[in-house]
Amino acid sequence: MKISATALTAALLGGTIGILLLIPMMLTWERPPMDSQQLGYRGLGMEEISNPRTAKLLEALNKAPVPDDPVENDGVLVKDDPANYQNVQVLGDLDTAQFTRLMNSISNWVAPQEGDNAGCAYCHNLENMASDEIYTKVVARRMLQMTRNINTAFASHVKETGVTCYTCHRGNAVPKFVWSTNPGPKQAGGFAASRNGQNLGGQAVPAFASLPYDPFTTLLAPDANIRVVASTALPGGTGGSIQATEKTYALMMHMSEGLGVNCTFCHNSRQFSSWAESRPQRVTAWHGIKMVSDSNTTYMDPLASVFPANRKGPMGDVLKVNCQTCHQGINKPLYGFSMAKEYPELSVPNP
Amino acid sequence: MMYEYQNIFTRVQVHGPADYGAPMKPGNWPREKGVTTNWLLGILGDAQLGPIYLGTLGIASLLCGFIAIEIIGLNMLASVNWSPIEFVRQLFWLGLEPPPAKYGLRLAPLNDGGWWQMAGFFLTASILLWWLRTYRRARALGMGTHIAWAFAAAIWLYLVLGFIRPLLLGNFSEAVPFGIFPHLDWTAAFSIRYGNLFYNPFHMLSIAFLYGSALLFAMHGATILAVSRLGGEREIEQIIDRGTASERAALFWRWTMGFNATMESIHRWAWWMAVLCPLVGGIGILLTGTVVDNWYLWAVKHGVAPMYPLDLTAPVLDPAGLAK
Repeated sequence: MKISATALTAALLGGTIGILLLIPMMLTWERPPMDSQQLGYRGLGMEEISNPRTAKLLEALNKAPVPDDPVENDGVLVKDDPANYQNVQVLGDLDTAQFTRLMNSISNWVAPQEGDNAGCAYCHNLENMASDEIYTKVVARRMLQMTRNINTAFASHVKETGVTCYTCHRGNAVPKFVWSTNPGPKQAGGFAASRNGQNLGGQAVPAFASLPYDPFTTLLAPDANIRVVASTALPGGTGGSIQATEKTYALMMHMSEGLGVNCTFCHNSRQFSSWAESRPQRVTAWHGIKMVSDSNTTYMDPLASVFPANRKGPMGDVLKVNCQTCHQGINKPLYGFSMAKEYPELSVPNP
Repeated sequence: MMYEYQNIFTRVQVHGPADYGAPMKPGNWPREKGVTTNWLLGILGDAQLGPIYLGTLGIASLLCGFIAIEIIGLNMLASVNWSPIEFVRQLFWLGLEPPPAKYGLRLAPLNDGGWWQMAGFFLTASILLWWLRTYRRARALGMGTHIAWAFAAAIWLYLVLGFIRPLLLGNFSEAVPFGIFPHLDWTAAFSIRYGNLFYNPFHMLSIAFLYGSALLFAMHGATILAVSRLGGEREIEQIIDRGTASERAALFWRWTMGFNATMESIHRWAWWMAVLCPLVGGIGILLTGTVVDNWYLWAVKHGVAPMYPLDLTAPVLDPAGLAK
């Protein structure tokens, strides 16, 4: 077969355009091979696809910490030693040796840096350790209560593993992944169309889509309705609007991103709403949403008057937790390593 | 009539006097005079560019289309605070949203869906005027109106999505937003909200016609190209006077499949295959939310969706209804 000049020209032109489109697209891809693991009945596409190379990078970012060595009890409770310990509102029932160990661990977990405002001094006035004058000490007290609440009231989510300060903080004073109400960048306003909280590129949530960029403020509120799929075959049951569906979709994208899993890690995608066909992980995730909501409304929001402005979001609300705050890309934070076991005082009910 | 033969396989582009086509009946605008030839166009098709017939409908349609695109584009630009750089950078993500449900079918405030309604009105006007134009121009040339009716099938789907279905449901918030990714997100959300559109039989049919159209187009194109060395691409001549190209093409399909289209019927197959895709698709969309709310549950009820073995030793239950 002879190739004509016109066919060659057309092929060259098409090829050039194709390559010009392909290169920028390829930059957003991950190269094969991928690992896949079957999660459900065969033929349903319920499988977990993972990239062994990014998994390795994640492993480096999620190394389990070394807990401080256990210490012998002094035999004296903190509350019984007022000469040395005043204004200990949460940990008064702790043995003084355990108290000191925990304080030391917290400084390593939250403010490990060297310098004037790090270590103990990040929260305490070193001249008067009992003083509440530094706001971070007030916050830390509330966070201890939150940790205990999570480990006791939400065993449905954290199971036997539990959490410590480190689960979120990882050596940062402010955990790496937090959220506040996101109004998005400035829009023209006036009688120009409102974005309705969506249709922007380059937002952290939901990555590459035009879906709502702040699903948290509404959907992580207590008693928010995340369920949008019609509950009955024919009209008359419950179901959300298309806009509500897009918001739920954005929240699910966050969960997927935050846990480093696909939709089918929890759902059978042929019917996202069907519990019977879901994996048990979906129940755990359901309790997680309740846990996040409770942590934010009971523990974070009330600290609004304590946090300075630079520790708040653009709308003046405090920085809050979502799935990614603990999970950081892993379906079991720190690959299921239980540091809480080494600090049993964090898994007792609040006094 | 002067013998004319041009196609992509002709390396030589023949430039004769401009072809102005059949004479116009009274009542039409005169054809534009501007006619030129373009070598690059000649690679793809006929090298002659023009004469374009603009007419009242064409001008009105272009004007309405321009207004619609202006409204959409300027609102997208406003959504990034009039930044041209951000407009280009985020173009695929930007959109213009329909009004929220609370406004029902009423006119919404401009900044809360009103612009969407206005853009929708002008875009629809533009499309309908263009439809009328395809009908009128076909008639003016003494042609059949097959193109206009095929276009009408696509307009049916467009109107169901943006107007008829929202009308039946009583609010415009059900309609599709303007924008590249926004309308794709809408599509994904629509399927999820209504219980997976793959279980909608009219969606199944529409997909069959869509893929069928592609397959049929490829089969037809391949058949004609394969016999073009025998003059097969001169289809009209072959219809009037069946030649060896037509004979061989027909025999090929009889050999391989036992049955073949004719030079005439293949185009009816193609027309219906393509037209039925948006036609049944539109029916499927129209039924969604109006008479069926969850296609998966509907399919389970009617034995369409197969059930798969579940692990009954550890059933997964909705935690919302259970005591904590």
